[in-house]
Amino acid sequence: MIAEVAGFIESWMGGKSELRSVSVDLNNDTALLIDIPDALCERDKVKFTVHTKTTLTSFQKPDFSVPRQHEDFIWLHDALVETEDYAGLIIPPAPPKPDFESPRDKMHKLGEGESTMTKEEYTKMKQELEAEYLAVFKKTVQVHEVFLQRLSSHPVLSKDRNFQIFLEYDQDLSVRRKNAKEMFGGFFKNMVKSADEVLISGIKEVDDFFEQEKTFLLDYYSKIKDSTAKAEKMTRSHKNIADDYIHISATLNSLCAEDSTPNKKNLEKLSDLFERLRKVEGRVASDQELKLTELLRYYMRDIQAAKDLLYRRARALVDYENSNKALDKARLKSKDIPQAEEHQRQCLQKFDKLSESAKKELTSFKGRRVVAFRKNLIEMAELEIKHAKNNVALLQGCVDLLKNN
Amino acid sequence: MASSADRNPPPFPASEEPQPELSDMAEGDSDEGEDIFVSNSHPASVSRGVSQPEEPADLFSEEATTTAKPNGVHSDDDDLFAEAQADLSSDPSSDSTRKDLSSSSGPPSARSPAALQPTSLEQVPPLTKLLRNPQTPAGNHLHRHLRLPVPICHVLFLFKPKCLNCFGFRFCINVALCVAAGRRRGQGYFRCGCCCHQPRESRRWDECICGLQSIHQGVYFKALMFNSGCEVLCSHSPSFPRVLLQTSLPMFKSKAFTARRRFSDFLGLYEKLSAKQSLHGCIIPPPPEKSVVGMTKVKVGMDDPSSVEFVEKRRAALERYLQRIVSHPLLLQDPDVREFLERDDLPRAVNTQALSGAGFLKMITKASDAVSKMTIKMNESDTWFEDKFQEVDMEEQQLRKLHAVVDSLVNHRKELCMNTAVFAKSMAMLGNSEDNTALSRALSQLAEVEDKMEQLHQEQAGSDFFIFAELLADYIRLLGAVRGCFDQRVRAWQRWQEAQSTLQKKREAEAKLLWANKPDKLQQAKEEIAEWEAKVTQYERDFDRIGMTVRKEVLRFEKEKAKDFKSQIIKYLEAMLQSQQRLIKFWEAFLPEAKAIA
Repeated sequence: MIAEVAGFIESWMGGKSELRSVSVDLNNDTALLIDIPDALCERDKVKFTVHTKTTLTSFQKPDFSVPRQHEDFIWLHDALVETEDYAGLIIPPAPPKPDFESPRDKMHKLGEGESTMTKEEYTKMKQELEAEYLAVFKKTVQVHEVFLQRLSSHPVLSKDRNFQIFLEYDQDLSVRRKNAKEMFGGFFKNMVKSADEVLISGIKEVDDFFEQEKTFLLDYYSKIKDSTAKAEKMTRSHKNIADDYIHISATLNSLCAEDSTPNKKNLEKLSDLFERLRKVEGRVASDQELKLTELLRYYMRDIQAAKDLLYRRARALVDYENSNKALDKARLKSKDIPQAEEHQRQCLQKFDKLSESAKKELTSFKGRRVVAFRKNLIEMAELEIKHAKNNVALLQGCVDLLKNN
Repeated sequence: MASSADRNPPPFPASEEPQPELSDMAEGDSDEGEDIFVSNSHPASVSRGVSQPEEPADLFSEEATTTAKPNGVHSDDDDLFAEAQADLSSDPSSDSTRKDLSSSSGPPSARSPAALQPTSLEQVPPLTKLLRNPQTPAGNHLHRHLRLPVPICHVLFLFKPKCLNCFGFRFCINVALCVAAGRRRGQGYFRCGCCCHQPRESRRWDECICGLQSIHQGVYFKALMFNSGCEVLCSHSPSFPRVLLQTSLPMFKSKAFTARRRFSDFLGLYEKLSAKQSLHGCIIPPPPEKSVVGMTKVKVGMDDPSSVEFVEKRRAALERYLQRIVSHPLLLQDPDVREFLERDDLPRAVNTQALSGAGFLKMITKASDAVSKMTIKMNESDTWFEDKFQEVDMEEQQLRKLHAVVDSLVNHRKELCMNTAVFAKSMAMLGNSEDNTALSRALSQLAEVEDKMEQLHQEQAGSDFFIFAELLADYIRLLGAVRGCFDQRVRAWQRWQEAQSTLQKKREAEAKLLWANKPDKLQQAKEEIAEWEAKVTQYERDFDRIGMTVRKEVLRFEKEKAKDFKSQIIKYLEAMLQSQQRLIKFWEAFLPEAKAIA
């Protein structure tokens, strides 16, 4: 059964994914247009086809495609993060790993429970499962696409060399991927980062703006993380209910198949109704997931990126302060004063540059966030209304049918 | 009804009656029903030389037997008369009406037998005066007053009377009046509230002008019952449910009364009914099951929502149980049922306890029955029974499956409810920490919307459970009872066959004795043979009777089931519909907020 579904997904050479949940349209800079028109899913791996259309001369061809895997995206992200020059920028968060865990679990359960269900029920559950697989798939494609598009629309990042390599390099990028040592280094860096968090909260801030931003972002991050988790649970309950409707409809069907009493008609109508209701309910669940949960999830990651920026700035400030101290010490000892001064000047410069760009980035981030929230909340509300109206129509129809009989 | 000469108009009891109706109307809920229907003791009609029709057969036979008289009807008329009286007079002022009921009762009162002397009785409805007054046409006056509210008792579940084919509460009053009027004019006709303006025709007393049902005692009752002539309501009170009965049926002493009953009383009633020979073959609705866990929690006094829900679930189940009992024409007649509903204090039904002697006995008989069922196979002459049995079996299985799925739906919805509540809180906190004011407001609004959704989900879960799941559970139990009926029939057959084989043995014994020439024992043998022959005929008749009853019952059950399912499904869907409409409103209220984000 796994092979079946996988095969089905493999044959999904869908068109452009229609679901742009989180970001506003980023492809407004015609100099560099990126999209992911295709994707293949093999077992655990998803192969994306990154297609670029560009008018920039830095590229060899104006129109080209390359296959990429999820790990390649991660490499790109890490490369950007490690670049010193971009320390003052919010690096767009890396796309999360494609997670087919939940549909796969369900598939197992379905396979196990196959004997207890009727044929129709089984087919319906399978359809539902395939739809879910597809939804996860579309989501992951989109998230990767958004990542690239944010890079391409950023004035500085789009010119990054690594980015260009990513877009262009024909061969497999695996040679560039992390080996074990680098993985370990990455792990270590995470430790440092958490130490940074302590650092950042301890440091005294000279600038009000950053002070505010810091408190705000820290607080907001924890809250949004919490909300994301809760929203996920809520969406999952909705999905469970939609599944239950399938079972109810199927059981009602088998009930009235053998029924010869006048009750048969009632049961038939009810079974029909539940079948339609579950479709609506399923869509409610998936829309909610897309508009609300995804929104929260994305901005959670984005805020993490913003926090990272603040950490970098804080570190720069620490460096600057340290250099100040070093300078004082040097002056005291009357040794190496010019180096210390130079060092201090550099630190100051770096810090100032960082602060400036950070300010810009954070302001634009705020604006971006508000716009995205607005768009998604409006869309979610509209979808909820639409689905509820559908439900009302279905229910009213069934009630009328029953009453008239 | 005047057509039957042997019928004396019943004694008009109104003269000796108190005014319970009034007090009901005035105070809204009078528990102590005083005796309106004095002729609650139908045997009262003994005075009229009419026998009390107790046999179930009458209820089903549609022919108007003039002998099997609906004593009920007569007394009914007058009683209802009295009650309509009350309606009329109670409206203006409650107190004066008491006095109004003077003893200027109708002619019948003179003939009231001793049995019709209730205790506290003063007045007579002035309506009698109205009716006797030639200028007042019987119908017109009453129409106005038929809009009076039925005495409302604070109950949670009112089964609204409908005028279904001209039967209904109003029908009772009008019938009574018209009958009374008609009787005195030497005519017999019925008019009902709906077709009161139809031209009079003289029909047999026992046919409604609507031409539908022959109003014969049993059928009349049936009509009344199926159209809420008798409503049974349970008010909420943990472990001591009170049974509230509101009835227009004459056989009950009063129109509306309550009684306190324990859960074991309900079980005891069921035991008594199941044991009755006369009700064999009938589908007796089973009561809800015992639940040790639930009751312990309640007894311990824990106040958590699950024990509240448990009590509510039990209350609703008991209410449906009683409703089903009284909507069964046979069961309503049963004196045990009446006693259950009326008597102030029932003796403790100890034989319903699981660990009692009776409990053990029950288990043993159940086991032996199961064994005998397996060993002796009945040769079925009528395939209808076998087919039906299979159907019932399959249906029960499917219903069980469906019930399990609906249960899981209820659980998931409760989960959704919880998750939504938690999410709403988290969203509220997020909104608080948001620095953009418009967005912050929008997020708080979203939190509120989700809060409201939680409530919606909660209600929907309740409706899922109390309407859908409980309906299925009820019918699973009822199908078990249907199977029980089939089993009873099989057992009757077995008894018959056993009697036949015993008879055969006795005959052989007699033949042997004849051959051995022992005249003294011969006599005894002959007696025994006669006895067993009688038994065989009796059992055969029983078997046939049960067969017929089962058939009728099953058909009635199926009809009732279709009706019940339909009405419950409609209720469930309408509840869902309403909740979805509210959902739309909530989101539509939120939309402008979301659009206002800048």
